[in-house]
Amino acid sequence: MGSSTPPAAKSSRLIISAASVALLGVIWAAAAWITADRTLLPYPAEVASIFWAELRSGEIWFHLSATLLRVIGAFVLAMSIGCALGIFAGRKPAFNAWADPWIIIFLNLPALVTIVLCYLWIGLNEVAAIVAVAANKIPMITVMMREGARALNPALDDMAQAFQMPRLKTWRHVIAPQLAPHFAASARSGLALIWKIVLVVEFLGRSNGIGFQIHLFFQLFEVGHILAYAFSFILVMLLIEYLIVQPWEKSASKWRLNES
Amino acid sequence: MKVEIHSKFFGNNQVLGRISLAIGKGEVIALTGPSGIGKSTLVRIFSGLDTQYAGQIAGAGKVGFVFQEPTLLPWRNLMDNIMLVTGCDAQAAKTALDQVELGERSAGYPNQMSLGQQRRVGLARALAANPQTLVLDEAFASLDEATAARMRELTQRVLDANAFSTILVTHNLEEACELADRVLVLDGAPATIVLDHHIKVNRSVRNCQTESERLRSRLNNSTSA
Repeated sequence: MGSSTPPAAKSSRLIISAASVALLGVIWAAAAWITADRTLLPYPAEVASIFWAELRSGEIWFHLSATLLRVIGAFVLAMSIGCALGIFAGRKPAFNAWADPWIIIFLNLPALVTIVLCYLWIGLNEVAAIVAVAANKIPMITVMMREGARALNPALDDMAQAFQMPRLKTWRHVIAPQLAPHFAASARSGLALIWKIVLVVEFLGRSNGIGFQIHLFFQLFEVGHILAYAFSFILVMLLIEYLIVQPWEKSASKWRLNES
Repeated sequence: MKVEIHSKFFGNNQVLGRISLAIGKGEVIALTGPSGIGKSTLVRIFSGLDTQYAGQIAGAGKVGFVFQEPTLLPWRNLMDNIMLVTGCDAQAAKTALDQVELGERSAGYPNQMSLGQQRRVGLARALAANPQTLVLDEAFASLDEATAARMRELTQRVLDANAFSTILVTHNLEEACELADRVLVLDGAPATIVLDHHIKVNRSVRNCQTESERLRSRLNNSTSA
């Protein structure tokens, strides 16, 4: 048993990633120099200084936590409903025959329409914001989990049935591990999309959050602040990806490293 | 165990006809016949995996199934594979692994093992379930001759040490004559038992070559008749 990536390859990948980010910074700085208009495109150092000032004043934390709570709420709601529907559709062809046209319709419904309709029908409140974001993501999670459920090994189902494994035990030890890669992929794409939709929801109808701040600084034509707030959230999402999603995925697929 | 099957259909296609048999405690039955005739369908019915048939089965009790594909949980080690599936304790799982000579590898994972070893784990899992009926579905297929011979020898030891009714599915007559007390030949459309051959010589002293020739000759006579 060992790590999937040798240490040398890992450190070389880290160096490449750091160099790639540095290159982006250089391109940005060059673009700022060419533009020569700090109101239109400030230098990276100026955005960093705005970010630091907002961080010290506590302003960014307030808005960041409001957005993060909405992301968590919408993510949990979308994953719960999407996973349940997807697994059920993948295991029950009759249900899928009914659900499939709905899934296609909702997959193609623009996010903006869902958000506006939720605000109109539910009101300009937190429930509408979270429901609107979750409703946008549920069809995609349903499709991904449905594919996972379709790919379940029927021989393992037979085995569990032949040995009369209790239903809960079968789900936990036979079905869930097979669905884990699909769950991780849904979670990753879900998070990536959800936080972007949350910003739109805040932009359109909330009085706090990163999206609200971006709206505010858009009206004030403060590009530096817009970038500082956007990067703060990108940073948070990267932390979630590297500290939660990737370690969980690694632990769920650890058994694959045992292959001879 | 008493089996009384009237028919089994897949759509409009009747695959099994009338099949009536009784299997005594400790008796080893080999079920043989051409590929695709319905052997696996019949054992799926025996083991309760297929309930869509006309007829009834009584006295099968708890069934231990050794599948053609090992069907192990690759994300769990051997001990967990046995304990989680059968609900037995660690001691019983270890004993079952010892019986198939894999006790020393109990912490290993299925993907680290050869097909033959995985089949042995499958056999250990069936034993740990403490079954009244053991079903071996083509358990020696796709193995090289030496591994298959070792697996048969091991299975024979397991069968000698336990008194459960055993149904062994195979298309290999030598294999059937080596391990079974009775060989049932399934044939026809819909499939029925066309020959019920009792082997009178004890397993430990019999010459399976002679027995399989005897069986083949009976089979030829019944076909030509």
